[in-house]
Amino acid sequence: MATASLDIRQVAGRFFLDGTTQVGRFTFFVGETLRAVPEVRIWWPRFIDEAWNIGVGSMFLVLLIAAFAGAVTALQAGYQFTGSLPYYIVGTLVVSAVILELGPVLTALVLSGRIGARYAAQLGTMRVTEQIDALESLGRSPYSHLVLPRVLAALVMIPMMTMVANAAGILAGWWSVKLVLPVTNMDFVYGAQWFFRPWDAYYSFIKSIFFGGTIGLVSCFMGIGTQQGAEGVGRAATGAVVSSSVLALLLDVLVTKVLLNQ
Amino acid sequence: MIELRGVRKRFGAQVVLDGVDFDVNEGETVALLGPSGTGKSVLLKHIIGLLKPDAGTITVDGKNVARLKRKELVAYRQNIGYVFQNGALFDSMDVFENVRLGIVDEDKFKDLEYAQKRVAECIRLVNLQPEVIQKFPAELSGGMRKRVGIARAIAGSPKYLLYDEPTSGLDPVNADVIDALVQRLDEEIGVTSVMVTHDVRGAFRVADRLALLSEGKIVMQGTPQEFLASDHPKVKAFLERDFDNAQFAA
Repeated sequence: MATASLDIRQVAGRFFLDGTTQVGRFTFFVGETLRAVPEVRIWWPRFIDEAWNIGVGSMFLVLLIAAFAGAVTALQAGYQFTGSLPYYIVGTLVVSAVILELGPVLTALVLSGRIGARYAAQLGTMRVTEQIDALESLGRSPYSHLVLPRVLAALVMIPMMTMVANAAGILAGWWSVKLVLPVTNMDFVYGAQWFFRPWDAYYSFIKSIFFGGTIGLVSCFMGIGTQQGAEGVGRAATGAVVSSSVLALLLDVLVTKVLLNQ
Repeated sequence: MIELRGVRKRFGAQVVLDGVDFDVNEGETVALLGPSGTGKSVLLKHIIGLLKPDAGTITVDGKNVARLKRKELVAYRQNIGYVFQNGALFDSMDVFENVRLGIVDEDKFKDLEYAQKRVAECIRLVNLQPEVIQKFPAELSGGMRKRVGIARAIAGSPKYLLYDEPTSGLDPVNADVIDALVQRLDEEIGVTSVMVTHDVRGAFRVADRLALLSEGKIVMQGTPQEFLASDHPKVKAFLERDFDNAQFAA
């Protein structure tokens, strides 16, 4: 019994130590990233490249996911409300669901997979092949050359992709509901405007900024801390996707509580 | 001058360096020998400040490397060229951009005309064809990658050159080419060099002095002739494997 309780204390102690070490490392990482901000001439061209990669590379995937989510939401709403509520409610539901939740969260989850894995694998491979050491040995900062452009690209492009996803989801929902229900354009627009407040769009945008920052920082942190060869790169990529997805979901709750339920 | 005194380093429970004392005088080429996994590369990374010692001091030109502030460390590294084991070339850049990154003076780096001239000169110094500058690292052989790595390291005209296993993984012919290149660079550009290797034959050909690292300590430093005459059991055991070659080279 004494041994069992000792084991638990050891496990808890190790967990605590590992946790505080990671928090310390992450704080140091964020500090170093912020210190690189004044070196605009170094990070700006790389930021443009990365932003372009995220925008062009993720556009199809984001449009596809958002359009299907919008369409399914509209069809399910039509199925549930037929005969019980006026059809224009479908417009209300699609716009609210897409802008408040589906657009930002689905975009974040899709891009945490696509960008998170990409960043962690790129930086992880550079770490294990000593490219990051080489950069440092040349007196150049990996934070201004590698980390900051990626974090900023995620921070800027994920909100923009979220706005695109919101538009795609609403348009797909509108189009699909018209195919299966006797809903006119006027009905849909009337319903969409009924409960809509401009704050909803701001909320969607603000939430996606949090998601973008989290995905960029967490995946670069995982990548730059990679150890132990190909196995380590795999672990970093998986860790980046899982951690940024879980953190995005946690932030979803937190930001919603702060911004919508004061 | 590079001076290491009582340098200790451990990773978790594993002691890698256990009180290393090591000197490199100006203008000389020192080969740091030792079996794989004895901490030779770790020692080299301490000299350039990529790792900090748990104890002991690393002094280069009178400066304690571990105590340098961020800007001082950047300036210090501009005096050192580091040749990584596998080249560590940036895969997203072509050879020109890789070597250009070695030009550490920011004004010269931005001057495209100077950069083109300097990169071409460094490529010539490492015996590569001018056409290679348009290629990406993935299109190069192992030996060419190492030579591009050397070109990048010398592009900033450093005072010191640190080579981490420059011939590992190469066939004997290419290894000889790299050894000859190291020797020629030392003579032509007059740098002070430290070469980490477990290739005894290459070390005897290139180095003015040798040092043997074993179990975290430098067990002997001396000229190739002193090494050959040594009765130290670890020196004898290490040289025995390649003894004929070493004698031949000496």
